[in-house]
Amino acid sequence: MAHTHESNTKRIWYVFGLLSVITIVEVFLGIIRPGFLVDNDFLGMHLLNWIFIILTLAKAYYIMWAFMHLEGEKANLRWSVVAPLVFLIAYLVLIVLIEGNYIYKVFLTSHYKWIF
Amino acid sequence: MAATVTTATTGKTWGGGNEPMGASYGKMMMWFFIVSDALTFSGFLASYGFSRFKFIETWPIADEVFNHFPFMHGVDAPMYYVALMTFILIFSSVTMVLAVDAGHKMQKTKVAIYMLLTIVGGLIFVGSQAWEWKNFIKGEYGAIETRGGSILQFVDTSGKRVKLADFAADLPVEMVQKTRSNGVWFVDGPSLPTYTVQEVVEGFKANPNILVRTEKLNDKKKKTILSREESLARLAEAQYVVEGANLVRNEYGHKLFANFFFFITGFHGFHVFSGVLINILIFFNVLLGTYEKRRSYEMVEKVGLYWHFVDLVWVFVFTFFYLV
Repeated sequence: MAHTHESNTKRIWYVFGLLSVITIVEVFLGIIRPGFLVDNDFLGMHLLNWIFIILTLAKAYYIMWAFMHLEGEKANLRWSVVAPLVFLIAYLVLIVLIEGNYIYKVFLTSHYKWIF
Repeated sequence: MAATVTTATTGKTWGGGNEPMGASYGKMMMWFFIVSDALTFSGFLASYGFSRFKFIETWPIADEVFNHFPFMHGVDAPMYYVALMTFILIFSSVTMVLAVDAGHKMQKTKVAIYMLLTIVGGLIFVGSQAWEWKNFIKGEYGAIETRGGSILQFVDTSGKRVKLADFAADLPVEMVQKTRSNGVWFVDGPSLPTYTVQEVVEGFKANPNILVRTEKLNDKKKKTILSREESLARLAEAQYVVEGANLVRNEYGHKLFANFFFFITGFHGFHVFSGVLINILIFFNVLLGTYEKRRSYEMVEKVGLYWHFVDLVWVFVFTFFYLV
């Protein structure tokens, strides 16, 4: 509350431009789906999906830092918001996706069909 | 540390009015609400990922499902509409942050104008989502569900999708809609599809240039198209005619696809809707001069946090439902 607030208008428009550019790039890639990105895998997912996820995280960073103004908050508030999210989500997603992949393989090699 | 702890500072620490995180109580609690809500959404999206990995070979392709654009009938426009929705939401986030910025400078009129723009943006977004739902529920081509629960779609020899209406035969059968008054258990039956299974199968037999497309993705990540003989063999197991989508079955493919779509975008849409209501409340408070009297526009900042969070969630929903 006692922050000195000079106008952030310039930064807001800059971040808006950045988010728009990232979204346009995502949509563009999503429509043309370049062959070499779709065919090459890294850690069980093709490169295009990795690009999408990284771009999404970049957008999330800018929304949280610039729009939600985390960059102007104290470090302890910043960490108590970001650390639980990063740790818990990364852990949950890792566990759940490995399990999903495992079940896929069980269905694939089992004696009865699940959906036929 | 120990040396500095005296009775005087203890009294100061625990006496209230202290802000160890440099944020007021309300703002900090908004942040922790957002953390918990973010974890809820992560749970939903992670379970979506789980089901998708489980049925990775048969999951519907989003580009084929969401390919409508207003006033452009029959044009295949994958993703443009959701991209537009994303822009609208990001832009309403921008007007929100401009309102917060104007609030810091105590410019009442500016805050009110930007809040109003944010509300309009939110309403346009919710409306767009309703339109998206309408298309999803109505469906376009129709499909057949087999006894084993898999979806069979129809294509012509060039691989283009064919609607049931384009080839289904017209047989002299009468379908009876079961209602409360004529059913044994006084409940309504499911609403009847436009065609019976027999009509679709007979129509298929009469049109030699139509093939069945299964849910299975081939190595080029396209849906597998069967030969004429295989198609007829598959159609022998036909059980239901599926048109559009509901919580039980959908014409796009795996049943869970529609369930997750309804649940996650619905929950997000509910957040947008409640965000709009809260924004309206704050907008009127701005007009009434409540925050002018308080000499602080912090309330605008707090609802702003919530509004940006809604935008943040959409960024992830957009990626995982439409792009990946």
